[in-house]
This record gives sequence, structure tokens and C-alpha cells, in this order.
Amino acid sequence: MKKKKIGAGKVLLYGILIAYAITTLVPFLWAISSSFKTLQEIVSGTISFIPKNFTLDNYKQIFLQQELFPRWMFNSVVIAVSVTFLNLLFNSMAGYALARLAFPGKKALFIIILAVLMIPAQVTMIPNYLILKSLGWLNSYQGMIVPSMINATFIFMMRQFFINFPKELEEAAEIDGLSRVGTFFRIVLPLAKPALAAQAIFVFMGSWNDFMRPLIIMTDAEMFTLPLGLNTFKGQYISYWNYIMAASMVFTLPVLVIYAFFNRYFIKGVSFTGGK
Amino acid sequence: MQRQSRKKMREMGQGYFFMSPSLLVLALFIIGPILYVVFLSFHKVQLLGNGSLEFVGLDNFSRLADDSRAQIALWNTIKYVAIVVPAQTFLALVLAATLNAGLKGQQFFRIVYFLPTLTSSAVLTLIFMWMYNKNGLINSMLEGIGLQGYNFLGDPDIALNAIMIMNIWSTAPFFMVIYLAALQDIPESVYEAAEIDGANWFQKFWKITVPQLRPVTSFVAIMGLIGTFQLFDQSYIFSAGSGGPDNSTLTVVLLIYQYAFKTLGTMGYAAALAFILALVILIATLLQRKFSKEESLY
Repeated sequence: MKKKKIGAGKVLLYGILIAYAITTLVPFLWAISSSFKTLQEIVSGTISFIPKNFTLDNYKQIFLQQELFPRWMFNSVVIAVSVTFLNLLFNSMAGYALARLAFPGKKALFIIILAVLMIPAQVTMIPNYLILKSLGWLNSYQGMIVPSMINATFIFMMRQFFINFPKELEEAAEIDGLSRVGTFFRIVLPLAKPALAAQAIFVFMGSWNDFMRPLIIMTDAEMFTLPLGLNTFKGQYISYWNYIMAASMVFTLPVLVIYAFFNRYFIKGVSFTGGK
Repeated sequence: MQRQSRKKMREMGQGYFFMSPSLLVLALFIIGPILYVVFLSFHKVQLLGNGSLEFVGLDNFSRLADDSRAQIALWNTIKYVAIVVPAQTFLALVLAATLNAGLKGQQFFRIVYFLPTLTSSAVLTLIFMWMYNKNGLINSMLEGIGLQGYNFLGDPDIALNAIMIMNIWSTAPFFMVIYLAALQDIPESVYEAAEIDGANWFQKFWKITVPQLRPVTSFVAIMGLIGTFQLFDQSYIFSAGSGGPDNSTLTVVLLIYQYAFKTLGTMGYAAALAFILALVILIATLLQRKFSKEESLY
């Protein structure tokens, strides 16, 4: 009697899990399948997850029809990679200083950083635009990179990480004659890899997927990033859903590849942003 | 003594050196702009030519009372927040508890569920627009089971709901991961005791899991609140920047964007709206915190 009851519960739980997995997968499968369909099949409105006439043409056409596509991809890569690299470096430096070094104003700074965590980007978007404009940084890489080269959440995360970091290692390095800066770059940072990996994925994804910031800063089509380009492309090829889906898939692939490699750090990162 | 103070001085220098990039960005692109936005909200801003600023006092704030689009945007945003936050929080909790039940294949489901979190809002919105198409996947499925289809993108009564469904679907898994981490911290012995008392899965969920997770739920709700108040990308792409059909997908942030960058001479007004939005988010956050604190006293 008891055994049967557990069995029924299990079936229900699996039912929920599978039903939601299908709900999650269907939009992606539909997008992938559409990206391999001919325009004829797209407009005909037939519903089939398996393309009738499987074609790779859409993936070729998006690059031919929209010659800026490689440029947009290049812009996205340059910006996302620079932003990620600078965030790793600067957030770690700030986190380390807040965790380990004594200097006047440290406490106040820490409180400011915590407060900044709560401020929505929309509040600063108008002044940021004006500041970038007066610097002459609109339509430039630095306009996208410099304002987002630090992140309060990850400064906070790195501080927590370094506070729990064994002090003995640094003391040993100091006795061996390494300077503070040398110790940080040669001893501390290499040992912070798990925290850095989690941070890297989040920062990269945030930058790669950002829509609003480039929408405001980049008005020149040459300087668009992929999300903006994708939106423009949709405007130009409004009923060519086979093209739009192919472009969307090209754009999603890099993040999926990164996720596949760093999956376990990713979960760690989420639980940190949630766990504080 | 002197050596000691020299060491201190050196550490101070190092501290500021390590902080310097962050200090620069904080000052120039976060704290400066916050003060600047308050300043702008009391001015009429002209960007053309050399640009000009004209002090207008509280005009930008009183203007809100006669601006019907701002009221629509506010109403749409409140509706959106009020439905999406509870729905995504509940869904995240149920998914996390189900995943945590110790079934086989957990890892697989976890990876699948996480896909929407990885995908950009632009791509997700485009995929859903394609599915919401008049003769698209969702309408075909609805007709397949004998229901009527909808004009998801064109019908003002439906469009915002279509965005809500999409965003509940895409954000719940992120919060699910937060719940999953917290579930690990509930001691197994509590569940075992309940089992001895004859509690079933549902009772354990309702009487142990939910109360134990209350602080996390509060955190998830605040994060959800902050996130949903900022709805922009999806509305923008859905309506090609207009907030249509018939202002039905116009959100506060989209309106701020339009006033700041698409119409001339309204940047100061947009700054006032942004300032109000920040206050609303702040108050909502504090209220949420206060309520959840009071609750945890019992």
C-alpha cells in the first residue's frame, strides 16, 4: 500500500518535470526548425517541427542580405570580451582592497557600493547619454565599455570571496619579498578562478545580450551590436521568419557554448547572487 | 614606530590604487548621473544647437497629472508587476521543489530549464513574436484543441498578456536556481520527522518547504519587483518602439526612453519620470522588506 503511494507521487513529479521541459524546449525547437525551412513553407502556415525541404540557405542568406551582420558580430565580441576582461580585473581589485587593505573611507565606499546595487540602470541612462555625448563617446566602443567596466554586485561577491581566503598564503608571499601588487596578481588571482569564472559568464552574458544601452549609445548602423542589429533586421525582413530565426540562432550559439563549458560555475554564480 | 606608519601609508596607497578604476566609474557613471538626473528633472532640456537648460521648478513633475500616456504606462507597468512577480515566484518555487525531490535525471532537467535564462531578451522576443503570429504555432495549437486563436500582437487587450506569459516563462528558471540553492540548506531531519508523522509530499511542501524558504522568497520577490518595473526590451521589440497597439504595451521605461530620445525638448520631463520610477522601486523594495520581516517574527 505504502509503496504504491510513493510510486504515484513519483509519476506526478515526473509529469511536472517533463511537462515543463517540453514547455521550455518547444519555442527553441520551433525556432531551430524554422531556421531550416524555406520561405514558402514559412508563409504557408503549416505546422511541422520537421522542415519539409530542409535548407541551410537561410544561414547563408542572412550574411549576403545584410552585409553588416559580420560587423555587428565583431562589435558584440569586442565589447563583450573587453567588458568581461575589465570587470574581472577591476572588480577583483576593488573586492580585494575592501576585504584586505586598510584605507580611510573604506567603510563608506562599501556602503555606497551596496546602495548602488539597488539603483536601476534606467535612472542613470539619460545623464549617462549626456556625459558620453560631451566626451564624444557616442557611437564608440569606449562609450559601451568604460561605463560598464565595473559591477557593484561582483565587487561585493569578490569581497566576500577574499574575506574567506586564507591569509597565510599572502603572508608567505610577503616574506618571500613579493610586493602587495605582485602577490595579488601572481598568488591571489590565480587561486580565485572559480569566483572569476562565475563572474565572467554573467558579465559576458549581460553585455552580449544588452539591448537598451547600445540602443541609446549606438545610432550608427555600423556600430550596432547583435541585439540591435537583430531588431533592425526584423524590421527589414518582417515576414521572412526563416531569416530572422536563423539570425537568432547564430546569435544565441556563443552563449550556449560558453554555458556548456562553464555550467557548474554558472550555477554557483546564480546561487551567489541569490545567496547573500 | 616610523616604520609602522610608513607601512600604513603604503597600504593606504595600495588601497586607493586597487579601488581607483571602480572609484572613477562610480563617480562618473553612477553617482554623478544620479545627482545629474535630479538636477535635470527641474529643467527644460534642449539638446539642439549648443543645448540649453532652463530652470522650470516642479513643472516636470506637475506635468505628470495631465499626461494620459504616462498614466497608461504606469498602469500597464503596475498590472505587469502585480501579475508577473507572484506568478514567476510561485512557478520558480514549484519547479525547484520538484527538481529537489531526488528524482533521476535532475541534472538534465536543470540544464533544459536554464535555456531561457541564457538567451537574450531580443532573441526570445523574436521567437515568441513568431510563435504568436496570426497563423503561427500557438494559434494553430489552440485551434487544434478546439479553441479560438488570438491576434496576440495586434489586439490591445491581449498584447501585454502575451509579454507577461513570455516573461514568466523566461525568468522563473533563474529564480528556480536561487530556490534550489536554498533548498539544500533545509536539514533533511525536518523532513524525516514529518515523514514519521505521516506527512505526504504536498504537506511537506506546504508545511516545511514554503515556511523555511520565506527569507529567500522575500529576496526573489524583491529581485522580481526591481526587474519587472524595468520592463523595456520586450515591449520595445514587440511594438517596434511605439508601445502599441493602442499604447497597450507602453511601459514606464519605454515612455522614459521615448521622451528622452525620440521627442524633442522633453528630456527634462523624462528625467523627472526616471527619478519617480527610482523612488517607486525603492519604496516597493522597502515595503516588501518590511512586510517579510514582520512575517518572519511569527
